[in-house]
Amino acid sequence: MREVAAEAENPVMLYSVGKDSAVMLHLAMKAFYPSVPPFPLMHVDTTWKFREMIEFRDRKAAEIGMDLIVHTNQEGVEAGVGPFTHGSAVHTDVMKTQALKQALDKYKFDVAFGGARRDEEKSRAKERVFSFRTAEHRWDPKNQRPELWNLYNARIHKGESIRCFPISNWTELDIWQYIRREQIEIVPLYYAAKRPVVEWEGSQIMLDDDRVPPELAKTAVEKFVRFRTLGCYPLTGAVESTADTLEDIIQEMLLTTSSERQGRTIDRDQAASMEKKKQEGYF
Amino acid sequence: MSHIDSLIAEDITAYLEAHENKSLLRFITCGSVDDGKSTLIGRLLYDSKMIFEDQLDALERDSKKQGTQGENIDFALLVDGLAAEREQGITIDVAYRFFSTDKRKFIVADTPGHEQYTRNMATGASTADLAILLIDARKGVLTQTRRHSFIASSLGIRKLVLAINKMDLVDYDQAVFEKIERDFLEFAEELSAGIEIQAIPMSALEGANITGASEQTPWYDGPSLMEYLETVPVDDARLSAPFRMPVQWVNRPNLDFRGFSGQIASGSIKPGDRVKTLPSAKETTIERIVVHGGDLDEAVAGQSVTLTFADEVDTSRGDVICVASDPAEVADQFQARVLWMADKDMLPGRRYLLKIGAKTVTATVLDLKFGIDVNTIQDKPAKTLGLNDFGVITLGLDQPIAFDPYDVNRETGGFILIDRMTNNTVGLGLIDFALRRAGNIHWQALDVDRVALAQQKEQKPAVLWFTGLSGSGKSTIANALQQKLFAMGKHTFVLDGDNVRHGLNRDLGFTDVDRVENIRRVSNVAKLMSDAGLITLVSFISPFRSERQMARNMMAEGEFVEVFVDTPLAVAEERDVKGLYKRARAGEIKNFTGLDSPYEAPENAEIRINTVEMTADEAADQILNWMRERGWFEA
Repeated sequence: MREVAAEAENPVMLYSVGKDSAVMLHLAMKAFYPSVPPFPLMHVDTTWKFREMIEFRDRKAAEIGMDLIVHTNQEGVEAGVGPFTHGSAVHTDVMKTQALKQALDKYKFDVAFGGARRDEEKSRAKERVFSFRTAEHRWDPKNQRPELWNLYNARIHKGESIRCFPISNWTELDIWQYIRREQIEIVPLYYAAKRPVVEWEGSQIMLDDDRVPPELAKTAVEKFVRFRTLGCYPLTGAVESTADTLEDIIQEMLLTTSSERQGRTIDRDQAASMEKKKQEGYF
Repeated sequence: MSHIDSLIAEDITAYLEAHENKSLLRFITCGSVDDGKSTLIGRLLYDSKMIFEDQLDALERDSKKQGTQGENIDFALLVDGLAAEREQGITIDVAYRFFSTDKRKFIVADTPGHEQYTRNMATGASTADLAILLIDARKGVLTQTRRHSFIASSLGIRKLVLAINKMDLVDYDQAVFEKIERDFLEFAEELSAGIEIQAIPMSALEGANITGASEQTPWYDGPSLMEYLETVPVDDARLSAPFRMPVQWVNRPNLDFRGFSGQIASGSIKPGDRVKTLPSAKETTIERIVVHGGDLDEAVAGQSVTLTFADEVDTSRGDVICVASDPAEVADQFQARVLWMADKDMLPGRRYLLKIGAKTVTATVLDLKFGIDVNTIQDKPAKTLGLNDFGVITLGLDQPIAFDPYDVNRETGGFILIDRMTNNTVGLGLIDFALRRAGNIHWQALDVDRVALAQQKEQKPAVLWFTGLSGSGKSTIANALQQKLFAMGKHTFVLDGDNVRHGLNRDLGFTDVDRVENIRRVSNVAKLMSDAGLITLVSFISPFRSERQMARNMMAEGEFVEVFVDTPLAVAEERDVKGLYKRARAGEIKNFTGLDSPYEAPENAEIRINTVEMTADEAADQILNWMRERGWFEA
C-alpha cells in the first residue's frame, strides 16, 4: 500500500463493505499511521446491496475521515436492470463490471486496491499482487509481470491501470483471525440473527426490501441465518446458523464442508467462469 | 480436518491461540508435470483436509471428464488453475496455495519445471525458505534436477527436499532410492555451501511417505514429507542480520510530525539506537517507533513501522536506514548475477531502470562477463542474454545506492530491471560486490570549463542528432547545414556514421548489441565536442529509441536537438544512392535497418524533415530557422 501511495498518481481503494474490505481498510489505517491513508475509498453500488451494508459504509468512512466515492451505473438504473428482472449474469455485468469500468475511467484512477485473495478460487491463485489492466481494463493471464521478493514494479503507460491486491496471500481463516485479534468491526449480517428468507434459484435469500417479487415474498419464513459473504442481497445465499460471536463463526467455518464462494451465484455458471469474467474486467 | 476437529469443536479459543502462534513455512515445488508435481500438491491439500466438499464434488466431476486417472481422483486438476493450462495439461505460471496443519502454516509456490519457465521458478524461489525437487524414481537425477537445484540455491534457498517420487513404479526398491540420493549428493557439492538436503522415497499417487511412514518402505527410517515440512527449523536469517529498513514513504500528517515508514528488511531496532541513513551517510538516533495503537519498545524484521529521528536528518523515499555500527555498502557500480526474463535480449550498453528496496535508478549494463549454463552450472561465453539466460554482468548507475551482497542479505541484495519503453520487468539481479574502481576514479576538475570554451567561440553548443533510414538524406542535409553554419562563422563538426565506423567503431558490426555500442561511443564523442563548445552534427541511423534517449540524457539541458529525417522506406529504397538496399534485398547484407532490423521512429523529435517535399538546402534552412527562433545565434 505504501509502494502504491508513493508511486501511483491517483490511487483509490475499492471498498465492498465486506469482511475482506474491512481488513484491507484496517491495514491501510495501520500502514500510514499517524497519517490518514492518502487515497479515497470507492464503493460501486449496484443499488441492490443490503441496507445494513450501506449504513455501515457511510458510518465507517465518516469515522476514519477518508473521502468516500459512491458510483452507480446510471444507464443501468434507467434501464431498470436488476437481478430479478434480468438474471444474475446481466445484472452483475451491467451494475458491477461495467459500473467499475465507468468509475475508473471517470476518475482516472491509475491504481485500485481490491480485497481479493488467492485462496478464494483457482483462477485467482495465479493473479499477481500488482495485476495489470490494459486501457480497455482487460487482464491477460499469460502476460503478467514477474513479482520477485517484495519488489513491485508499478510503472504503467498512460491509460493503463493496476489492480492491487494487498491481502492476496491471506486465507479465509487469516481474515477471521485478524478480525478477532484486532477487534475490527464488521457488518452485523455476518452474525446469525432471525431474518426473513425466501428460496430463490436454489439459494435462501433475505427479504431486504420490497423489490422482491410479491409472489416470492409471500413465501418468506423467519429463520436464524447469517451470511458468509456479502454482495447484492438477491444473489447472496444465507446459511442457516446460530453463530452470533466471532468464535462461533470461526468454529462453524472450520467445521463446515463447503467452501466460501459457494453462496455466490456468479461462480457457478461454468468451470473457469471467474477467469472469463476477470478477463472482461470483473474485479 | 479430522485430526484437529476435536479441538475446534471443544475449545475454539484454544485452537485459535495455537493457530496464531504457528510458524509459517514458504516452499516451492520444482519438477515437471510428468514427475507428478501437481498430484503431490493436490495430495498435500487433500490429506491436510484443505479441500471442501463442494470442491471435492467438482474435482470428482472434472476427474471423470478430463482426468488421467480413470475413475480415481486426479489431484492434479485441483491445482492447475487457468483454463488454457488445463487444456494443455501443463502448469505455466506460478500458482500459490495455502494450507495448514496443527503444527504449521504453509504457502506453496507451484512452479513449472521446463527450461522455458526458469523465470517462473526463480519468481517462486525468491520468497521461499525450502524447495521440493521432484524426481521420477524411474529416471533418476536429470538435467532439470540440476537446473532446479542451481536456481533454488542461487536465489538463496538453503533447504532442499529430494522427493524421489513414483517409487510404486520401481517396487519401492531401496537400491534405486539410494543410488539417486548418492548421485544427487555428488552433484550438490558444486552448489553453494551450507545447503541441507533431505531425500524421501515416496509415491504421491498412492500417498506413500506423504503424511506418515509407508509400509512399503520399511528400509526407510527418515521422516515422511509432511513430518519434515512440519518440523524443519525455519531459522529466519532476516532476524539475525544487521538492521536495515528502506524508506517507502515519508509520513507527514502535520507540521509537527515527520516519520519514515517502511517494512523492516532485516534485524531489529529500539528507540535510542544509533542509525545511519544511506546513501547520504548521515547519523542520528531513533526517537520513536510509531505504530497504530501505541509506540513500540522494539521492532523486528517483517514489521511495518514509522521511525522518527532525534535530529533533522534529510531522508527521503528510497533511502535505507541502517544500524550505524554495521551499515550497508554504497556504490554506483557493481557486479551481479542476472536472470533475464524478457523475450527481447539484454543488450550491454543499454540503459534500464533498476529497482532495489524502495529506490528506482537508471542502470547501464557495462559488460556481460559471461553466461552460466543453468543445466551444467558452467560458465559459457555470451554476447547477450536471452529469455531464461543466467549471466554475470557489471552495472553502472546514475546515482549511488545502498545494498548488501545477496548472499549476505537476501532482502537488500536483490533487484529487478525494468525496460524503460515497455515498463515490463525484464530481469532479476543478485548483487555480488561493488566494483572498487567506482570509488577510485575521480572526475578531474578543470579551470577552463565548457562555458568558457563556448564563450571563446561566441556560440551556444548544440548536438544536432540526425536519425533516419539508410539513404534518407541525413548526411546530405548535415553537409548543407554545416556549410551554412560555417559561412556564419560558427565552429562545427560532423560525426558521420560511415566515417566513424572506419576508425573508432571499426570493430563493431550491425547486430543489436553492436548498434547499441556504436551509439554509446558516438554519444560520448558528441558530448566531448559539445563540452569543447562546438555545434556537433551527428549523422547516424541510430535505429533504437532508447539509445537516442541515452544520448539526449547525456547532453547538457537543451543542447540535444533530435532531427528526424523522415523518408519513407519505399522512397529511400527507390533512391538507393549507395546501392545498399539492392544488396540487402539480394541477401548480401544482413541486419539492414528497415528490412530485417527494426527502425524505431522518434515520437517527439524537435525537428522533422520531410525529404519528399523539400531539397537538402531547404531542409538545412528549416533547421537554421528553428535554431534562430530559439535564440541560438543571439550574442
